[in-house]
This record gives sequence, structure tokens and C-alpha cells, in this order.
Amino acid sequence: MVDKIVVENLSIDYGGVRVLKDMSLSVKEHEILGVIGPANSGKTSFLRALNRLNDLDISSRLSGSIRLNGKDINREMDAEEVRKKVAMVFALPIPLPMSIFDNIAYGPRRHGVKKKKKLEEIVEQSLKAAFLWEEVKDRLSSSGMKLSGGQQQRLCIARTLAVEPEVILYDEPCSGLDPISTAKVEDAMRELKNRYTQILVTNNVKQAARVGDRVAFFLMGELVEIGEAGQLFTAPKDKRTEDYLTGRFG
Amino acid sequence: MRRFKEFLIEKIILLNGFACILFVILIFFFLAKDGLTLFKTVSPWHFLFGTLWNPLAEPPQVGILPLFLGSLIVTLGATVISVPLGMACAIFIGEIAPRWIRELLKAGVELLAAIPSIVIGFIGMTMLGPIVKNLFHLPTGLTALTGSLALAFMAIPTIVSIMEDAISSVPRSYKEGSLALGATHWQTIHRVIIPAASSGIVAAVMLGIGRVIGETMAVMMLTGNASVLPKTILEPVRTMTATIAAEMGETVRGSEHYFALFALGLVLFVITFFINLAADAALHQKQK
Repeated sequence: MVDKIVVENLSIDYGGVRVLKDMSLSVKEHEILGVIGPANSGKTSFLRALNRLNDLDISSRLSGSIRLNGKDINREMDAEEVRKKVAMVFALPIPLPMSIFDNIAYGPRRHGVKKKKKLEEIVEQSLKAAFLWEEVKDRLSSSGMKLSGGQQQRLCIARTLAVEPEVILYDEPCSGLDPISTAKVEDAMRELKNRYTQILVTNNVKQAARVGDRVAFFLMGELVEIGEAGQLFTAPKDKRTEDYLTGRFG
Repeated sequence: MRRFKEFLIEKIILLNGFACILFVILIFFFLAKDGLTLFKTVSPWHFLFGTLWNPLAEPPQVGILPLFLGSLIVTLGATVISVPLGMACAIFIGEIAPRWIRELLKAGVELLAAIPSIVIGFIGMTMLGPIVKNLFHLPTGLTALTGSLALAFMAIPTIVSIMEDAISSVPRSYKEGSLALGATHWQTIHRVIIPAASSGIVAAVMLGIGRVIGETMAVMMLTGNASVLPKTILEPVRTMTATIAAEMGETVRGSEHYFALFALGLVLFVITFFINLAADAALHQKQK
């Protein structure tokens, strides 16, 4: 498969503290890459670097390169362009303070879609793809903040899909959800595999095993190991990976 | 003994709390008592909609319409100037400026609030007045516009600090959510942050207006004090506050003029009361 994202020698500092150390890895097109690791291992910083949300933090410094489709996202692309192509779903599902319809239409509208017909189409398709359409189709004009936690997270996925990204980043998308809602979100991810490259940061090792094609293990800002999910979980090459997976720390 | 001390302190605090409210109520009643006495001799209609304010004439004319319109035109002018300016400043401080500029600007805005109104008044008189006079080729520089400009400066600190609060208390996740969808910074400010902060923004505008409408010293010095019905913003006007300040000292206690000034104060009280109420309602709406 083609490499979608190539990360080379990526290091990130936050106010002088190094949170990511000389990391190199690639993400293949249409795969789900699970990223696991204990707290403070740099998982979220890694994710935020991929769509340049780190830019918002003035104390962050980045070196090395991240290439999307061969283009350097920090030097050859605008932040908006990167974020449109590499969209992010956050840990806490936070709908914008507006209706369900407007939440999803928000992205397309900002990118210049104005026709009501077209927007309605996008909203319906996005909600269907995120397995939420049936539950909300009769109340698209009610506030997105009135939905349940699991529905809110799928709404956030739907609004992400609406901007037609190429890559979707998930930052612990199920940390606040019950098992049934989690299963629904995971179903949505599997369904989206045909069209998107997805990176899933999770504290839940089992979730990475369930949905990840490949899995990367981060520890204290370092990439310890990356490999096929089956191989990494059954026969990890590195002792530290094995220790983490068997619950000896983290 | 300790119990008693505790009891005593609690009661003293309670007493102080009630005293504040009591004073407000007493002021209101005092104002209402003397103000309403006027209506024994003058009909409310003539008072509110009379177009002539000449309380020393025989019989006294106490129509407050020119004064009310004077206040209105000066306040509107100040609002039109200060709201866009204050809003832009608040957005810049809250969203755009790097940290050191933010701190600098905040200190500057607070300093602006500390300037006594009399100082703004004489700066306006010596600097602003001549500019307005020459710019529009007027016989005098002391006009409603001059007053509006000076008052705008006095409203801006209130507007900026409350709006900035509202803007910075918009959850970070809204901003990130919007940016993560590829929206630009301005689109995020315009479509997400301002709507989310709207109740605080409305409150800020209201409190700014409240500040302007009650202001006396600067307007008395700058608006020319002519109690005529204003036709344009480039004419001298007289506000309600300035009228009370200028005439209270020279009126005879118990005269119709005296009561008319109290009634004028009552009108002012009612206006500011409702403006503050509206600001409060806007702020509370946010907390729900």
C-alpha cells in the first residue's frame, strides 16, 4: 500500500520539555493505525502535530518533517489546508453550540459550500456514515449539545467527515463512553476504512487490538515498536512493549 | 465566648448586607417622594413630552423632551463610536494578541478607566472641541458629537473588560473544534467565538450605555448646554444629568423647579435601572 503520511525525525518541545523524541514512522493509505502507550508518552502531541493544532501553542517547537501525500505540511501547506485534509476527533466530544445540522454544515460552509440542497445532502451522508442518521433525522434543528455522550461523539465524527478529509485522527474518542456507544464508534471506524486513513490514539489496548491494522507503541516520547496488530500483541519484539501489554506498568 | 463572637460577626455581616439594600431603597423613595410631588401641579404628559425647559419662566416650563433627546443623542453617538472600537479591542486582546501585548493593552484599558471624567472634560474642551469646530465649520465646537466622542472614551474600558472576559471564557474546545475542521482563525472568531460569547457581549454594551447615560461632568463641559430640541448631532444639546448638576445649586427648595429636577432624576434612575436589568438578564442567560 501507498504511504499516506511519512514522519521523519519528528521532535517536539513544549516550553523546553521534550515530549516527542526523534520519531520516524509512516502511515499507509486506508489503514487504521492504533497508537498506544501510557500517559505522557507523547501520543496526543503526535496527533496534534499531524494536523498542526500544535501551532496554537506558542511555546511548542517542532523539528523534523511530516509529509502528507509527499508534501511537507509545515513548509509546503497552509494550516487550514492541512486541517481540512487531516481532521481530528477529540477525546471529549464537544459539539459547537449550534444545531445538529449547523454543526455538520459548519465545515463545508467555511470551505465555500452555500447551496442548501448540497448542504442537506452532505449532512445526511455524513450522519449516515457515522451511524447517527436514524437517531437524529427528525430533530436536525435541535441543539447538538442535547445529544447523549455517544451520540455527541458520533456527531463530532460526522462533522469531521463532512469536510471530506483524507485522514482522520482520533484522540481517545471513547474515553468517556459506555461499551455500547464505544462499539458503535468502532463500527463507524471500520466502515470508514475504505475511504479514509485513520489514526487512533487510545488508552484502551484492547480497542487498538480490535480496530487497528497496525499498532504503534509510544513510551516517554519515543516510538518503541510499530507493527501488524496481530504480531505486536502476540509476539512483541521489544521487552518494554511486552511489559506494558501484560500490565507490568502504565 | 467564641460562640458569641462568631454569632456577633455573623450578625454584623448580615446587617451590612441589608444596609446596602436599605440605602438603595431609601434613595429611591426619597427621589420618588420629591419627584412625584411635581405631578400635583404639572401633568406627567407635559413633563415627559413638553418641548420647553425653562423652569425660571413665569409660569415655569418643565418639559424634559429636549433634555431627554439630548441624553439620547449623546448616548447613541457614544455607543455607535465605542461599541465597534471596544469590540475590536476585546477580540484583539482575547484572541489575537500575543501575551505581552495583551498584558500591555489590558493595563492601558484599565488606566483609561482611571482617568477622572473632569480631566476628559477639559481635554475634550481644549482639544476635541476646536477639532470638531474646524472640521465641520461650526460656530461652536461644543456639540453633541463632542460629548459623544468623550463619552465613548469613558465607555470603552467597561465594554472592553467585560467583552474580553466573555470572549476568553469561551471553551477552548470550541475554538479547536472549529480549527480542526479547517476553518480559518477569523472564521472561528466570527462563527463560533462571538456567537458563544454573545450574552456577555450584550451585557458589556448595556453596561457601557449605563455608564454613558449617567455621566455628568464631561457632558456638561462639552455639549454646550443648550436646552433646545436637537436636530443634528452637530448642535449643542443638554443632557438630563447636566441639567440637574447645573441647576440644583440655584433652585429654591420646595419650588416647582426643585421638584422638576427630582422628577428628572427619577426618570434617569428608571432608565439606568432597566439598562442594568437588561445587562443582568443577558449575563444570567449565559449561565443557564
